[in-house]
Amino acid sequence: MSEIERHSYDVVIIGAGGAGLRAAIEARSHGLRTAIITKSLFGKAHTVMAEGGIAASMGNVNSNDGWQVHYRDTMRGGKFLNHYRMAELHAKESPDRVWELEAWGALFDRTADGKISQRNFGGHEYPRLAHVGDRTGLELIRTLQQKIVSLQQDDFKEFGDYEARIRVFAECAITDLFFEGEGDGRRVAGAFGYWRETGNFLAFEAPAVVIATGGIGKSFKVTSNSWEYTGDGHALALRSGSTLVNMEFVQFHPTGMVWPPSVKGILVTESVRGDGGVLTNSEGRRFMFDYIPDVFKAQYAETEEEGDRWYTDPENNRRPPELLPRDEVARAINSEVKAGRGSPHGGVFLDVSKRLPADVIKAKLPSMWHQFKELADVDITLEPMEVGPTCHYVMGGVEVEPDTGAAARVPGLFAAGEAAGGMHGSNRLGGNSLSDLLVFGRRAGLGAALYAQAVASETGAGRPALPDAVVEAAAAKALEPFSRQGGENAFTIQRDLQQVMNDLVGIIRTETELVDAIASLAGFRERVAQVTVEGGRVFNPGWHLALDLPNLLTVSECIAGAALVRQESRGGHTREDFPGMNPEWRRFNLICELVDGNVGVYKQDLPTMPDDLISLFEVAELKKYLTEDEISRLPEGIQR
Amino acid sequence: MTYTASMRVWRGDDEGGELVDYEVEVNEGEVVLDIVHRLQATQAGDLAVRWNCKAGKCGSCSAEINGKPRLMCLTRMNTFGEDEVVTITPLRAFPVIRDLVTDVSFNYEKAREVPSFTPPVGLEPGDYRMTQVDVSRSQEFRKCIECFLCQNTCHAIRDHEENKKEFAGPRFLMRVAELDMHPLDTLDRKELAQDELGLGYCNITKCCTEVCPEHIKITDNALIPLKERVADVKYDPIRWLGSKIRKRDGL
Repeated sequence: MSEIERHSYDVVIIGAGGAGLRAAIEARSHGLRTAIITKSLFGKAHTVMAEGGIAASMGNVNSNDGWQVHYRDTMRGGKFLNHYRMAELHAKESPDRVWELEAWGALFDRTADGKISQRNFGGHEYPRLAHVGDRTGLELIRTLQQKIVSLQQDDFKEFGDYEARIRVFAECAITDLFFEGEGDGRRVAGAFGYWRETGNFLAFEAPAVVIATGGIGKSFKVTSNSWEYTGDGHALALRSGSTLVNMEFVQFHPTGMVWPPSVKGILVTESVRGDGGVLTNSEGRRFMFDYIPDVFKAQYAETEEEGDRWYTDPENNRRPPELLPRDEVARAINSEVKAGRGSPHGGVFLDVSKRLPADVIKAKLPSMWHQFKELADVDITLEPMEVGPTCHYVMGGVEVEPDTGAAARVPGLFAAGEAAGGMHGSNRLGGNSLSDLLVFGRRAGLGAALYAQAVASETGAGRPALPDAVVEAAAAKALEPFSRQGGENAFTIQRDLQQVMNDLVGIIRTETELVDAIASLAGFRERVAQVTVEGGRVFNPGWHLALDLPNLLTVSECIAGAALVRQESRGGHTREDFPGMNPEWRRFNLICELVDGNVGVYKQDLPTMPDDLISLFEVAELKKYLTEDEISRLPEGIQR
Repeated sequence: MTYTASMRVWRGDDEGGELVDYEVEVNEGEVVLDIVHRLQATQAGDLAVRWNCKAGKCGSCSAEINGKPRLMCLTRMNTFGEDEVVTITPLRAFPVIRDLVTDVSFNYEKAREVPSFTPPVGLEPGDYRMTQVDVSRSQEFRKCIECFLCQNTCHAIRDHEENKKEFAGPRFLMRVAELDMHPLDTLDRKELAQDELGLGYCNITKCCTEVCPEHIKITDNALIPLKERVADVKYDPIRWLGSKIRKRDGL
């Protein structure tokens, strides 16, 4: 076996998207030696795919906005299942996180008076999304990347070494975490991984590890997510003894491309609707007016005329239902297609060409124009797009302590961004992801830094020691696929797994299908265990996928398992056999844990929203979500 | 709609390699990256390729297709004849790691040589005011997805390995232009662009602009204006004298 590189850091951050980079900046700013590990090149993270914007109640376009309004919208979007404290921190801190990006060089689109412009988005009461055309994620990732380079330049001036205190390990994947101690004293000691470019191994000694690995979209066949989204961090946390929360809630973005087949699932930004795009079926009907659920009736227009007026006069009109939260729009499109009113390629029509002049479309939605022109031969300034739901985001993730990002049960483990759960409840609002990355990336970086400092002062700055035998065992495990003969290749297994999840655990679920899915997934265990790899260790995608597959399978089992237990429909979890939202079920989160290698699911009480936050709502609205018993115990002074 | 295409893919590593012929199925609407993925799944499980978004947003899947620097995810198969052999080779300006994957670390080293955004002292976050017309110029350059096709195609790099030390290439000179045109940046990088980053190596042949998948007018909007600004500083005798006097004061 070739030499295993050893590295020693205060904080190891797995993932270099918005959350990972923001966490790294925070840890390094506290003077800690920080490693950033990414499966891709630096600056290529999935965050670049985010298009619409960053939600933050700066009030630049409508001064009525404020954190309380953003908080209310977020809780409504998540159907009141969000962790109240995460939603509170997020609403309060997002503006500072956006302004800070500007001080690091980001160039957002502007208002007439020179402030950051903000656009409308589904579920947000006021124009709230700071944006750069429709490439906001790229701006965010590039700004954070360049901020890290500037910190490296500072270190170069001080130490003569760019990487003295912050180093990016690009094209490097983590396969295992290390621990020290037993029982209550058990805590994180480091991480093990391989360089994708060479296939060589490396071991990190570190007291604190931040999981910022993003999502699980590659569990599904039709997805807007890239190859990286195999649930690595979710699975690492679970295998470490930590827990996942809300895994049954998977967001299907209503508008992915549906044609040609090779681009099926690629995202079409919600900004198309925010900027006036309308959804129609094969009969030319704006069908979203038929799908406004009772809980949202008060906030959405009932006629096309009112919806159209809202774009120019939002004070006196209600918004069009194309801007309902994503779960509602995705289900509506699904129903239209099932009813035989779909577009030629199994989607519906999204048209902005009749609403805006060509030059405005090209200025406001440049990447969409480009994407449809290059990939589908469709000119969106002249004709409608065909769109349909695509797996986009997982609300579920590592169960964390809101203020610090500390993962449940495992000292030294932290999580942030899409890999963490709780913030978005059962459904995330568009624009709340980029702000989530920044708010909780910073908090997890800070939490990890303070934890690492506390460990250092307790142990006299010594880092955890990793015994050779433990490191070599991790290496041997990673090499197993090379030593097996006659198994299937990883690509085949992944394709079949995606098909099962798409067919049985997709946008509409039933008990019989979920039971089938769980049985079917159990069958994949053996196939994954027997996966075989051809070729050598140097940049071998077949091997890389073989190492990701167990993660993909574990998160798929969590999603199916939790989906079977939750007998109601809420946000990103729709049960055909339990079609309504049930207030009794709102009182519980479902938690996934690993017991003897098997996924277990149990109910846990939702944390109770404190009086000052619940008082932000009117009783009439709360009655739509809470049980009668909960309503009877509401605090004095709340508007009845 | 479905046909069998003849593909020729470079297979090898830093010690050498060769073009390998494959016959592979192609369906309607597919792009070159789809075909590479089908090769991985059916004929060459260890074929090395970089990719992420498959939508022209991340700039990972850069390669040379029939000799032209392109993103594989944005190159549709129907732009070639069904009987045409499509040849895919790795970027030529960077060392090969394996198959279609090259070592692009040169670019990350150059990125560190451009001093970062430097806002005015005392300007607090939240107090930034800029007009759209002023930010638009730099915004064009911030559309860059760092696919490094411009770096790969620029003959000052592609044909002259020895220039790599002194020449940062179009992507990072554009970064200097971006900061120079940022309404609130306070640092002057013009001398650095000329003296350290090799702006003079660029002889505005516009090859970089031609290959940019984001259609950024790198030469016209970034490099030529930067050259003009440098010329204003370096070759205006009064400003030249002024700069010398200031420098002496600083000693």
